[in-house]
Amino acid sequence: MNDDTSADSPAEAARRTARGGIEIRVNGKPRTVPGGQTLSELLDALELDRRAVVVELNRQIIRRNELDEIALEGGDVIELVHFVGGG
Amino acid sequence: MTTTLEFPGTRVTPDEPLEIAGRTFRSRLFVGTGKYGTNREMVNTIRASGAEVVTVAVRRIDLDSSHEESILHYLDPGEFFLLPNTAGCYTAEEAVRYARLGREAGLKDWVKLEVIGDQDTLLPDNAQLLEATEQLVSDGFVVLPYTNDDLVTALRLEKLGAAAVMPLASPIGSGLGLLNPVSIRIMKQRLSVPVIVDAGVGTASDACVTMEQGVDGILMNTALAEAGQPEQMGHAMRLAVEAGRTAYLAGRMQKREWAAPSSPTEGRLD
Repeated sequence: MNDDTSADSPAEAARRTARGGIEIRVNGKPRTVPGGQTLSELLDALELDRRAVVVELNRQIIRRNELDEIALEGGDVIELVHFVGGG
Repeated sequence: MTTTLEFPGTRVTPDEPLEIAGRTFRSRLFVGTGKYGTNREMVNTIRASGAEVVTVAVRRIDLDSSHEESILHYLDPGEFFLLPNTAGCYTAEEAVRYARLGREAGLKDWVKLEVIGDQDTLLPDNAQLLEATEQLVSDGFVVLPYTNDDLVTALRLEKLGAAAVMPLASPIGSGLGLLNPVSIRIMKQRLSVPVIVDAGVGTASDACVTMEQGVDGILMNTALAEAGQPEQMGHAMRLAVEAGRTAYLAGRMQKREWAAPSSPTEGRLD
């Protein structure tokens, strides 16, 4: 899984993109994922339980039953949120 | 479970349950879930308080801390009524976004709406609050807006379709207690929707005095989470809310400036 982008140099990121990876942003941080990866596959790669996560893709909430069908594209901005303690 | 015991042969009768948007609740005490030392302490404190409505916030998952648990691991939606908030939002647009995420996470269309206007006091931005209320009501939400103790804003919120209004007792997390009982009483008398005082109580007497104003309920977080022993304070707050509510229903005596003897002035010995 090509998910260790934080240490990538620009040149390395470019090579990665050249062999099929795409650049997205997840919770405010850049990330390279294989082209065509679905949102479900992204959650699996992050070891997140989809029942406990809400996914927002480019400001649109994605329903759980749609996660399998939506493939990521370069430049996508993803927010993965859940409930935390609050008043 | 009703909040008041019925004593046979007396005229102590149980309180009516709180009702908001057609749903009844077993307690008039609402609690937040922030700032506890541990999740276990949080759940035990909520149980000790008897609260049913429990607020939660929507935040990014921390992807660096692996296997961070959702608070839903600790709060059974069968036991508690989870109410997502929009805490930390400064515009209507942002608050609407958070409310929708909360709806998706909790599968319920209720929201405690906060739109803050100032970082130091966390007082609400009324214009943004009204705009967000309007949008969320038209989007099918049951909206419970956190507001200041201003009657005119509260009336506007009610008109826009808020299911309850939640005026502050004093600023969030301040523990200063009920600063303006007159405004809260006026608000209660003029509004048809429930008034739930939100924020500012510090200890049991604050909760009791607040409930004595005749409001329908009270929401607190910091008073419990930052208590020396949160679970013990949870129990104290339960008693305080019940005591204040019951005293309100009983009707307090008139205040007078001079003493009035409680024992007969007749029949004293020479």
